[in-house]
Amino acid sequence: MTDSNTGQVAARTEGMPGIVSDWSSDQRAFKNVPWGKAMMWIFLLSDTFIFSIFLLSYMTVRMSTTIPWPYPSDIFALSFGGEPIPLILIAIMTFILITSSGTMVLAVNYGYRKDRVKTAILLLITAAFGATFVGMQAFEWTKLIVEEGVRPWTNPFGAPQFGSVFFMITGFHGFHVSVGVLFLIIIARKVWRGDYDVGRRGFFTSRKGNYEIVETMGLYWHFVDLVWVFIFAFFYLW
Amino acid sequence: MAHAEAHVEGQQHPLGIYFKIWALLFVLSTLSYLVDYYNFEGYLRWTLILLFMFMKAGLIISVFMHMLWERLALVYAIALPTIALMVFVFLMTNEADNTFLLRGIYFLGLGGS
Repeated sequence: MTDSNTGQVAARTEGMPGIVSDWSSDQRAFKNVPWGKAMMWIFLLSDTFIFSIFLLSYMTVRMSTTIPWPYPSDIFALSFGGEPIPLILIAIMTFILITSSGTMVLAVNYGYRKDRVKTAILLLITAAFGATFVGMQAFEWTKLIVEEGVRPWTNPFGAPQFGSVFFMITGFHGFHVSVGVLFLIIIARKVWRGDYDVGRRGFFTSRKGNYEIVETMGLYWHFVDLVWVFIFAFFYLW
Repeated sequence: MAHAEAHVEGQQHPLGIYFKIWALLFVLSTLSYLVDYYNFEGYLRWTLILLFMFMKAGLIISVFMHMLWERLALVYAIALPTIALMVFVFLMTNEADNTFLLRGIYFLGLGGS
């Protein structure tokens, strides 16, 4: 095994003794990951808590309301000329996000192969899918706000908490996707320009980057997909 | 888990595994959508939703986010704090049940008097 930062080769113990020795080594605890990746994981853990608290508050209001909860299957149905298909919009959004996760993972892979062009193109495709997702979410919000009259304090379907929970959870997730799209484009530009091949310094940190940044970006993007898995299950399907 | 594979640089794995997991995620998403489409209800619905959800989440974290190949020191540092969330779920289900009962008594007059 080679440390990605130091280049040192060392045999490391595995299993439980490995955890103890990693954490008690009086050095960094996360041995073979670059610091940026470790920090991204810790950020994602904190983000997990934020989204979990949103979903928990949703669970609490839904369990404690005495008015029936609106049925998402009908609310998010769309008809393409014929009978309305239940939840189809959300299903399409789910598939779009999963597709973007796939292109992201390919981008990470080609990044480590230092295939500049393929990495940049795949990052841009991922960003395009992400933007499509946000676009469909905007469509969904518009439909609910303008046509159905859903507000954070009231809605025509049932329990009034539905609106606040919906706007808060999907809004926060959509914000995450939007930020992700922005950073995907920034990183794609850097990859395309060859910043990570020539060690060009970043405009903000003045540090030299490398292709591990693509993987760190990938962690964030997969996390956004991961959160959607939970939102899809608990908010739309439950 | 967490094999000390020869990482020349970062997480490099054959493309095949990504395509397989990608396909599997599509299948699982379709299945979870079909749970709604075919209107399964009650415990069957909830069990299936949770099953597909955890399978998808597990695949994304372990393969796409490479947790399968990370050292246990990192895996545990990220995974263990989420146990606190399970405790929180337990606390809030109790709290919600309590609120529901109180609302039943005071809003709907189920408490008599």
